[in-house]
Amino acid sequence: MQDGAILEMRGISKYFPGVRALHDVDFTLHEGEIHALMGENGAGKSTLIKVLTGVYSKDAGQICIKGSSGSVSIRSPEDAQKIGISTVYQEITLCPNLTVAENMYIGRTKGSLTHWKKINTEAGKLLDSLGIPASPTMQLSSCSIAVQQMVAIARAVDMECKVLILDEPTSSLDDQEVSKLFRLMLDLKAKGVGIIFVTHFLDQVYEVCDRITVLRDGKLVGEYVIGDLPKVQLVSKMLGKELDDLSGIQKNADEIYVGRTEVPVFEAIQLKSSANIKPFDFAIYRGEVNGFTGLLGSGRSECVRAIFGADKTTGGTIRIDGKKARISKPLDAMKHGISYLPEDRKRDGIVGDLSVRENIILALQVMKGFFRPFSRAQAEAFADEYIKLLDIKTASSDTPIKSLSGGNQQKVILARWLLSNPVYLILDEPTRGIDIGTKVEIQKLVLKLAAEGKSITFISSEIDEMYRTCSRLIVMRDRRVVGELRGEDLTQNKIMATIAGGD
Amino acid sequence: MASFKSASQESAAKRIGSFLAKLVKHQIFIPIAALLILVIFNLIADPSFFAISLDQNSLGNPVFSGYLITILDNASELVILAIGMTLVTAASGGQDISVGSAIAISGSVMLRVLCGTNSRPEVLQAPIIVAFLVCCVVAMLFGAFNGTLVAIFKIQPMVATLILFTAGRSVAAWINKNELPIISDASFGYYGNFIPGIPIPTPIFIAVACMILIALVLKFTNLGLYTQSVGINANSSRLNGIDPALIKFITFVILGLCVAVAGFIKVSRFSTINYSVIAKDIEMDAILAVALGGNALNGGKFNMGASILGAYVIQFLTTTLYKFNVVSSALPAYKAVVVIILVVLSAPIVRDKITETWKKLAPVKIAKEAS
Repeated sequence: MQDGAILEMRGISKYFPGVRALHDVDFTLHEGEIHALMGENGAGKSTLIKVLTGVYSKDAGQICIKGSSGSVSIRSPEDAQKIGISTVYQEITLCPNLTVAENMYIGRTKGSLTHWKKINTEAGKLLDSLGIPASPTMQLSSCSIAVQQMVAIARAVDMECKVLILDEPTSSLDDQEVSKLFRLMLDLKAKGVGIIFVTHFLDQVYEVCDRITVLRDGKLVGEYVIGDLPKVQLVSKMLGKELDDLSGIQKNADEIYVGRTEVPVFEAIQLKSSANIKPFDFAIYRGEVNGFTGLLGSGRSECVRAIFGADKTTGGTIRIDGKKARISKPLDAMKHGISYLPEDRKRDGIVGDLSVRENIILALQVMKGFFRPFSRAQAEAFADEYIKLLDIKTASSDTPIKSLSGGNQQKVILARWLLSNPVYLILDEPTRGIDIGTKVEIQKLVLKLAAEGKSITFISSEIDEMYRTCSRLIVMRDRRVVGELRGEDLTQNKIMATIAGGD
Repeated sequence: MASFKSASQESAAKRIGSFLAKLVKHQIFIPIAALLILVIFNLIADPSFFAISLDQNSLGNPVFSGYLITILDNASELVILAIGMTLVTAASGGQDISVGSAIAISGSVMLRVLCGTNSRPEVLQAPIIVAFLVCCVVAMLFGAFNGTLVAIFKIQPMVATLILFTAGRSVAAWINKNELPIISDASFGYYGNFIPGIPIPTPIFIAVACMILIALVLKFTNLGLYTQSVGINANSSRLNGIDPALIKFITFVILGLCVAVAGFIKVSRFSTINYSVIAKDIEMDAILAVALGGNALNGGKFNMGASILGAYVIQFLTTTLYKFNVVSSALPAYKAVVVIILVVLSAPIVRDKITETWKKLAPVKIAKEAS
């Protein structure tokens, strides 16, 4: 093992049927450091963590930990805890109806008798020493989320962990709570604990971490000392685009947004929603394709959800064609000619057991009204028209949508919103998880609809797609709009630089 | 020539085979099969089960009598409840277990309005239609109470309706100050028994009217689409402009209306009420009717016809058991055995197996017969 290393993973591979989740990944954690594990969705971060904590068994490679000679085998989360690896997950996995002390010691008391008084004092001491503002006898659910998170960490620390894994601990915390958590992390670091910090927030990485390991597509991209890797380089490593390689791509001049004087189709001023995003301004014009970009969790979906009324709006003004409007629920938006294809197709898009036909007509039917159902013949005509138009591969319009492939399900949802003939169409990740042919078809369709005069907001994790289809990009970081790119500024380099921010 | 003939026979056999396989797969197969088994069993055991005769009742009116009439008559309340229960199940993914208690309340309200302050009035204190409308309003309010708990407060339907299940019968008793009102006016009994001159029991007409009404509602509104959509995926439904809470609430109110109608028939049958016994355990039969109809009890797609058929199957079974002199206290045990068989048969695992066996056997058998 390297000097000062507390954990070494060498050549770790993990395969799932048809997928190479991890391939020959190395990872080293030093004593008393905070080490960020970075990567976009599907990069292999969570697989690596699960291998380390014994949730998955590895297919190749070895894990060494300080204090044990040779490689250790970790077959279950209990094994991991025994050798000093503790994990605190994004969702709190404690029992809200027990007290703080009970949560810290549950499952760890020896013998059948438990001396609660003693445990409460011990817990109190530990909480004090870590500076956690909670009393041992408080019920956990009465603590704030941040404190609950800290109690989970205290529990982990008390199990004498050498390695502490924090999986997205800050995603539900506000700024103040985050800084409290960071103070605790720095304390632990000073005590020699090695911390693996998984997060999507770039600024937080640069605030507390010492070292970064970047994964992409299940492979190790590299390990960097924080000072050697500017933010923009980190983004480029995560997205897998070298900055200068791609800057030469030609952009179609027609698509470039030029300053317009006409009234926007849709305009939001200081719009805010219950989904924890900073208030933002936004406008879209007739025939325009624009997009929200940013890393996962940057708040791009939350913005469009606020526009459509999918999350409760808590402030701001909306103007449609220059006239003030109120959108408090999706139906309001639909009545103003706004359509929204949600990011999570399975959870928010399809109605699984209903037929393709019913799924296609659903939105238009709801707009038409409860007491005016379409006749069977009319519904069939609509369905057949769009099945043909979008080339949806289905046995019949009677087939339940859940038995279709992902790409075809997506086309059905797209058909649903096209049928409602929107003025403004929001597509959140319409190309996720579908084959490349369909992806191209959808992008072409977007451009065709815009040429017909519709306004479209397009969101995709793949910068290439955004770059090809959008004439204006709104860039988001850490749940706020940090920039808007158009015209000559709309280059890969510039996009990544804006996502990274600062330097 | 010969080979051509056998080929066409074979394809015909295959077609019949696949038709049968499809039928087995269809949702309505289980209640139909159950009904057929009961019919065949009764045919073999005692064909007189199916005899219908025209007799005179105690009032001297001509009435049809026979086991079949009894089944159709007694199933009426259950059928009406099954309609509402199907909608509640589809939208909320849970069941209302308070319908029996709610019937006690609505029946009690009805009698209270008809009796006024005297529990044994000589003449009705209010027109029957007024009493019925009041009873509808009250039952729908209780439905709205359940619906609010489920739709707004997001309490599990079975837990939410447990409240009314527990309290309902004492509320019913309290409405009439724990007295037993008796209606002596004969015209009140028409709705639960016979209208003079018409030999068919009135509840059958009421049940048929309810079936026609729900068929029209399902055809001329989007109730079916909305309830199923909400039951399958409330998130998607909301993003398509449907208000899931409102739809769940509405199904409970509709069930409340069904309860009022069923309660009306129940009290009209005897012109009085027994708070602790009226419509006892009917909630379980109503839920069973939905399940027998092959509808998923965790919500989503439903088939109203299958639920209604399920209700008739349950009554058929009950009447058959009575016919064979099963004592009423042992009845639930017998029923349970039959129910276990039906439910196991309708489990997807078992049905897939049956379908496979059909597919293998049917063409062979039919081909043999043909040759």
